Amino acid sequence: MPADLSALGASIDLKGLTKRYGDVIAVDSIDLEAKPGEFLTLLGPSGSGKTTTLNMIAGFESITGGELLIDGRPVNALPPYKRNIGMVFQHYALFPHMSAGENIEYPLRQRKIPKAERARLVEQALNTVGLDKLGRRMPRQLSGGQQQRVALARAMVYSPRVLLMDEPLGALDKKLRDALQLEIKSIHEKLGTTFVYVTHDQDEALVLSNRVAVFNKGKIEQVASPHELYERPATVFVAQFLGESSLFRGTAVLGSGAPAVRTAAGTMLYGGRSEALDGEAATLVVRPERIRVTSVREPQPDGNWARGWVRQEIYLGNSRKLEIELIDGSRVFARESAGSVSACVSGDEVWLAFRDQDAAVLADSPGVDLNNLETKTAAISVAG
Amino acid sequence: MTRVSTRVWRGILVAFCALVALWLVAPALVVIPLSFTDKPSFVFPTTGFSMRWYENFFQDPTWVGSLLASLRVGLLVVFFATICGTAAAVALTRSKFRGQQAVRAVLLAPMIAPVIVVAIGVYAIFLRAHLLGTTFGFVVAHTMLALPFVIIPVTVSLQGFDRRLSSAAAICGASRWTSFRQITLPLIAPGVVSGAVFAFVTSFDEVVLALFIQSPYLQTLPVKMYGSVTRDIDPTIAAAATLILIFTTVITVAVAIYFSRRNHAR
Amino acid sequence: MAVVNVRKRSTDMGPDLIRTRRLESWSRLGLLAPAAALLLGVFLIPLGVMLWYTFTDPNPGLENLTWYLGDPVQRNVLLRTFTTAITVTAACVVLGYPYAYAMVAAGPRLRAVLTLLVLVPFWTSLMVRTFAWIILLQDKGPVQAALSALGFGHVALIRTNLGVVIGMSQIMLPFFVLPLYAVMSNIDRRLVLASSSLGARPVTSFRRVWLPLSLPGVGAGALIVFISSLGFYVTPALLGSPNDSLISQQIFTQVNSLLLWGRGGAMGVVLLGITLVILGVLMASARILTGRQDERVE
Repeated sequence: MPADLSALGASIDLKGLTKRYGDVIAVDSIDLEAKPGEFLTLLGPSGSGKTTTLNMIAGFESITGGELLIDGRPVNALPPYKRNIGMVFQHYALFPHMSAGENIEYPLRQRKIPKAERARLVEQALNTVGLDKLGRRMPRQLSGGQQQRVALARAMVYSPRVLLMDEPLGALDKKLRDALQLEIKSIHEKLGTTFVYVTHDQDEALVLSNRVAVFNKGKIEQVASPHELYERPATVFVAQFLGESSLFRGTAVLGSGAPAVRTAAGTMLYGGRSEALDGEAATLVVRPERIRVTSVREPQPDGNWARGWVRQEIYLGNSRKLEIELIDGSRVFARESAGSVSACVSGDEVWLAFRDQDAAVLADSPGVDLNNLETKTAAISVAG
Repeated sequence: MTRVSTRVWRGILVAFCALVALWLVAPALVVIPLSFTDKPSFVFPTTGFSMRWYENFFQDPTWVGSLLASLRVGLLVVFFATICGTAAAVALTRSKFRGQQAVRAVLLAPMIAPVIVVAIGVYAIFLRAHLLGTTFGFVVAHTMLALPFVIIPVTVSLQGFDRRLSSAAAICGASRWTSFRQITLPLIAPGVVSGAVFAFVTSFDEVVLALFIQSPYLQTLPVKMYGSVTRDIDPTIAAAATLILIFTTVITVAVAIYFSRRNHAR
Repeated sequence: MAVVNVRKRSTDMGPDLIRTRRLESWSRLGLLAPAAALLLGVFLIPLGVMLWYTFTDPNPGLENLTWYLGDPVQRNVLLRTFTTAITVTAACVVLGYPYAYAMVAAGPRLRAVLTLLVLVPFWTSLMVRTFAWIILLQDKGPVQAALSALGFGHVALIRTNLGVVIGMSQIMLPFFVLPLYAVMSNIDRRLVLASSSLGARPVTSFRRVWLPLSLPGVGAGALIVFISSLGFYVTPALLGSPNDSLISQQIFTQVNSLLLWGRGGAMGVVLLGITLVILGVLMASARILTGRQDERVE
């Protein structure tokens, strides 16, 4: 394949895109841009509007408000079959009455490409997804992973400038999912097509994407690279949804020094940055692996200290997780990697220590029910 | 004790079912020997053997004419009822709109409304419109009766159809019509074929409406048979009945083969 | 109110969207139009015409209905139609329930045979079957001969109500057995086993478990049989006696022979009304019953 394929990707612009079903707002005036050739992931819990957004890009859902531009051209009213977009569906959606090869050939047939050329392109696509000899098989004779490869080949065989994927690995088991993730990533690098990928699996999003848009209740919480999203979450929701976070709730105190949260018990906890306003309800967010657990309070400059009791130890193989109850009754997690496990056990009174720069003061978004969020995140990490 | 009584019960059940089965199947079969009788009467059991009633059937233009009329009407009904019924089933399953339940109820109503009641109304209208005894009249009336029998199996097939396949076809570049032709139709074919067969049988078998809208110039086979039974004792009707039996058996077997092949292919 | 809402929504959607929406409803209209036109032309309008005749022919007013409801002959016909339909339904229940049970209980091969046997009459022409019954039930015919050989003496069959019931039940039986079989084959047979393992005698577990679970199938089948039986024309006309005619035959005679459209229409209105009322009542009660079952499941 020629090297300048990176020019193949189209840009996608969502400007105030809105989808309303009666009185229910599924997607609430979102602005989002996918750069040419980018791998953009829409991440969020079910019902957050990510799939609806994808369906609007594909043309399956009519747009209630706002504008959708592909390569700068408004396509709001264009039916899906005229958008020249490729798409991979969650449950493959292979045509059961056609062989794998015929499935891949189908979009080429719609484009009236001559037969010989079609055969060559199908062969090439089968090659790319590693199914050289299975073109004559019917979908039901293929395994789940093979079916998804066929679906992938069908979506990219006509070199669309945009490829949409709706939880394409959702129906596969963990091992296969990991293998296919890497394949999708390498295919993206090879093709240079713009990928828009929907998933509720945070790991998948972090592995695959150039950038991730985190959806919650029809709105976008944050758009950023995986690294920034994990290290510098902009909202409590993002901090909770991507990886684990320990939350210390209280009121924001933004004085001359480092931003801080004053907890109900009166403790001042400092963070390296703040996204909250002075005096408003805020949460200090720390990653559990940044929290150190000791049985005695050691003197340490510019560090945070909090007292608590170990309520539960969770053994995870490469690490140990401690659930710690704070003075105000709330619970947080600390994670110790194997090799640096402390002697603290369940029931011990302990001290938690973490550096300012590892914590952030984030505003409590009014729409986010923190308790509810925790259970949701738990359910999702179990499913993942 | 209980084991013996279970066995007795089972024996009684089997014997009972055998009698019911005999009662279900045997009647249709008596027309076959009768069609080969050598006497011009309905006396049963029959005596002798002759082909004269078949000769009679094929030499009598009214019998042959009614057979051809039935086939012509039946095939046209299949054509129109399958198209209209499939289209209606698609509209009813693929969209939601106000009054949908009412539309569905009306489309299925011919199945439960007593035919005689519909027949007198149709008769009144056809009388005015000079449609009595016309192929057009027969086809229109029978298509109406056949519609529910197409809509029901096609709707069932469509409900089993994975609509993401339509989305997949659309994103591949297929327009709605193309996607329906290339993806939906092949996959709901069993429902459509069942509907077509039901439509044919409905028309081919229909007597009551046909009695009203017939004329001496256009009689379908059931009408001709009805007239023959009420007027004369002529075993030609047994020959006609045997031919119908053979014909419907062939259709049934052909459809059964189609479905079993399809199931094997999947 | 509604108008305002619609206006508001359409301005929100923007011009492009309105176009695609309207196209959708146009294509839906196009898909429904042929079937709807057909139903209008040869179903709804004819029924309307029948109603019109009922109240206008020969004179405007209720005279046709009052004639129909006041005429003792017609009252007898209606009564006979009902008793015939009930007898046919009862015969189907008595003959069909054990048959459907045997279909479910049998092994796969016997079940295939039983299914085929019940489908055969389904596929045989109504005229052919009615004609066959004429031959079988005729005087000095095979059934009469068999009955007198069994010591029943001379039993008149053709041109009697008994003959009509025999013919109609045979024609309707598949319509009873098939829905019942569908319901029965969905019953979890482990329930019966469980009940007998808890010490219930076979008869008790049948009565307590199997019978109530199969009742919806009996109801569905019986409803189809009863409603179809009310409107039967060909079989009673050919197997029955003109003196014992049913309502369909009377309608035919009024319209086709006597040209009394209004009277025929009035009878049609009554027949259609009875059918719809029975259907409505039974469907509503079925909905209540299944609704209760759903609640129990949840």
